[in-house]
Amino acid sequence: MNTAAGWAKRPESRTGVRKQRNRIARRLFSISAGFIFLVLFAIVTMLVQRSLPLWQKVSLPDFLTGRVWKPDQGLFGLLPFILGTFWTTGLGIAFALPLSLFSAIYLAEYARPLTRTVIKPVLDILAGIPSVIYGMWGVLVVVPVVQTTVAPLFSRAFPGIGLFQSSNPTGFSILSAGIVLAIMIAPILIAIMYEILLAVPVGLREASMAVGASRWQTIRYVVLPKATSGLIATLILGTSRALGETMAVLMVVGNVAALPRSLFDPAYPIPALIANNYGEMMSIPLYDSALMAAALFLLLIVLSFNILSSLALRRMLQ
Amino acid sequence: MAECISIRNFNVAFGNTLVLKNIHLDIPCGQITAIMGPSGCGKTTLLRSINRFLELSDHVTIKGEILIDGQNIYDPQVDPIDIRSKVGLLAQRPFSLPMSIFDNVAYGLRIHGMADGKDLHRAVRHYLEMAGLWEEVKDRLREPAVRLSIGQQQRLCLARGLAVEPEIILADEPTSALDPISAQNIEQRLLELREKYTIVLVTHTVRQARRLADYLVFMYLGEMVECGEASAIFSNPQHELTCAYLHGAIG
Amino acid sequence: MNPQSRLRRRLGRIEETAFLFLMRLALISVVMILGWILATLLIKGMPVLSWELISQPPQGGYYLGGKGGILNAILGSLYLAAGGTLLALIAGLPVVFYLTTYLHQKTRRAALIRLALDVLWGIPSIVYGVFGFLIMLSLGLRTSLLAGIITLAFLELPILIRGMDEFIRTTPEELVQSSLAVGATPLETTLKVISRQTLPGLITAVLLAFGRGIGDAASVLFTAGYTDHLPTSLFEPAASLPLAVFFQLGTPFPAVQQRAYASALVLTIIILVLSFISRWLISRFNKYLVR
Repeated sequence: MNTAAGWAKRPESRTGVRKQRNRIARRLFSISAGFIFLVLFAIVTMLVQRSLPLWQKVSLPDFLTGRVWKPDQGLFGLLPFILGTFWTTGLGIAFALPLSLFSAIYLAEYARPLTRTVIKPVLDILAGIPSVIYGMWGVLVVVPVVQTTVAPLFSRAFPGIGLFQSSNPTGFSILSAGIVLAIMIAPILIAIMYEILLAVPVGLREASMAVGASRWQTIRYVVLPKATSGLIATLILGTSRALGETMAVLMVVGNVAALPRSLFDPAYPIPALIANNYGEMMSIPLYDSALMAAALFLLLIVLSFNILSSLALRRMLQ
Repeated sequence: MAECISIRNFNVAFGNTLVLKNIHLDIPCGQITAIMGPSGCGKTTLLRSINRFLELSDHVTIKGEILIDGQNIYDPQVDPIDIRSKVGLLAQRPFSLPMSIFDNVAYGLRIHGMADGKDLHRAVRHYLEMAGLWEEVKDRLREPAVRLSIGQQQRLCLARGLAVEPEIILADEPTSALDPISAQNIEQRLLELREKYTIVLVTHTVRQARRLADYLVFMYLGEMVECGEASAIFSNPQHELTCAYLHGAIG
Repeated sequence: MNPQSRLRRRLGRIEETAFLFLMRLALISVVMILGWILATLLIKGMPVLSWELISQPPQGGYYLGGKGGILNAILGSLYLAAGGTLLALIAGLPVVFYLTTYLHQKTRRAALIRLALDVLWGIPSIVYGVFGFLIMLSLGLRTSLLAGIITLAFLELPILIRGMDEFIRTTPEELVQSSLAVGATPLETTLKVISRQTLPGLITAVLLAFGRGIGDAASVLFTAGYTDHLPTSLFEPAASLPLAVFFQLGTPFPAVQQRAYASALVLTIIILVLSFISRWLISRFNKYLVR
């Protein structure tokens, strides 16, 4: 069947083929989307499965609250590592929060477009630097500074407070780890907080300034309160990233399985535990199950933080 | 007057809001039918229901029938792809595909397997001529289409739509984003295309309707108020709302 | 204006100035630290960077200060990341297409998939390493290039999909409709129009995922192992740059530690190059795109 102009009108058979291809593609693509859920399910399931042998010998409360970790004696107390993770992550967030929040506020509210175009690549590059490089920098720069300058300073300045005491500091400490972690998560925190602040409607800012409030007052009393839930969600996301950081922390934290009592004491976070001992885990009975259980513990915490913050952030930034 | 498009008991809701209320309308073949009315009256929704573009939006409920050449296009057995090959759309803001000028026009032809090789070149030229764009682009067919001016892009979109040989052309305020000269150009093209195609035009100005329409549909708040031959309605509007709109009292 | 409000105004301005100072300080600190890191890398690494280092694998006694280089790690990392990114692309591209083309109305399903992706994205690389290790065991593999590639693929998958998804979502709706209006199927629209429009963004996402794969140590630690040999087989262990840095840094020999700095410099240079390429690509392709 030809049109007036002389070339073919739509051949029917071809349309059928096209539609069929579309249908097949749709089927294939949706299967691939299902694969995502399969991966998620597999990760959790396999970890649970491999950690099962441990639960026959050690009860869950004992595992989580035990203070002694001596695999060759069959003692698997995860508490020192849980606390180590808690301290390093806590410090990391504590340092990252003001750094990121202030940077984000400045970028969103005060900075000239030129500043933004310069800063954006900086943040991208920082976010792309591998963990080992941060670790290396931590070992070369942060650890010596903590050892030779910060620790003695704090010991002398705050003699009564145990938190700041240190005898013979090596610099490999939760403080060093916190500092390195803070730098690592700051770029992504800044990026997301920036988006959150931008999402606060311009009309709101204008309404505030229209009654004579200064820019800072507008930020402090109007913008920030509106953005608070989003900022908290971002913090939760940052925490979950910090919890999982392995290499950089491992290189500066000292890897000593004791409960840290001072900022300048070393510690042993869970990711470092897993990374350092995977080599021996097959040779000692139950060691591999214990490490899998530790990984599972880490995963479950990270997952819950992640799901929480994702739900909140996706909705907010829609 | 042959009816090309028959709309029967047509209701559309976005979420909980009823946007089109019980539309009952016959659109004649081979003429330019203009749908006009104040903003928010549902004219774009009505237009986009004719090529089943409504279903691309979220939370849309559609009830009723639209018959093209006697067949209900909302029948569950009907594939929207087939409908869209028969019913072309010229949108308000011209959107070229991210390809060369040639490839833009050839896009539909290639997909449907309608022409290739030398035939393809002849076809592309033919449709560019129909859209009144050939002279201006014949030396730069391989250039990216985004380099054209907005008036040229709209004509390119027209050529692209014509290339798949539709029976019906829907035009959604096709000149509102254009400068007056380009607008006039497009209007000229639509007038020339009239006999070969059934054209349904949503227009935002009464004056454009006066210039182009053979058949007129006036809508208000989702309902069809009045329809009929353009000359008849312009000279003697039956409904008071139509009268008010034509005189600029509303909308 | 009475003295009270004048005082309040004054205090308010002081507060603003104080916070502005803090804010600028924060931002400058961030930039300075990046500069510090890069400077440290350059200062420590440049003197040791030599042709020998990047063109040869470790010879005997390398870790005691002997001859050789890190070619094993350079090639190993490139192969690992390339393989992982390729697998992630094969598994991830259909997901992106599904999200953009077919899930127009089923917003709940799309939200669920994106949530699952967010969750996967947030899983630490050490957990992916453990997962990869378990997969490796269940497949009967030993520490090998293949096991490392598979692990990296899992790690990169959510990063890649998210990167592409964010970009594809910026496609204007009217563009999609322009294609559908001439009777194209959703598949044709995705392949011929959307991909073209978003190609630079897709490539950027690939490069970024690749960069992540090259730089990650925790995931390849258990799965790719380490070796001094150049990667020649999928079933042999493979070295990687991050681990090369880590191991060399951990030796007690200053000469070897210095090589760690150079290795770190090489790794960083690769990543910076990737970053610049993707930036350049985006700016170069912009002229073909539809706004």
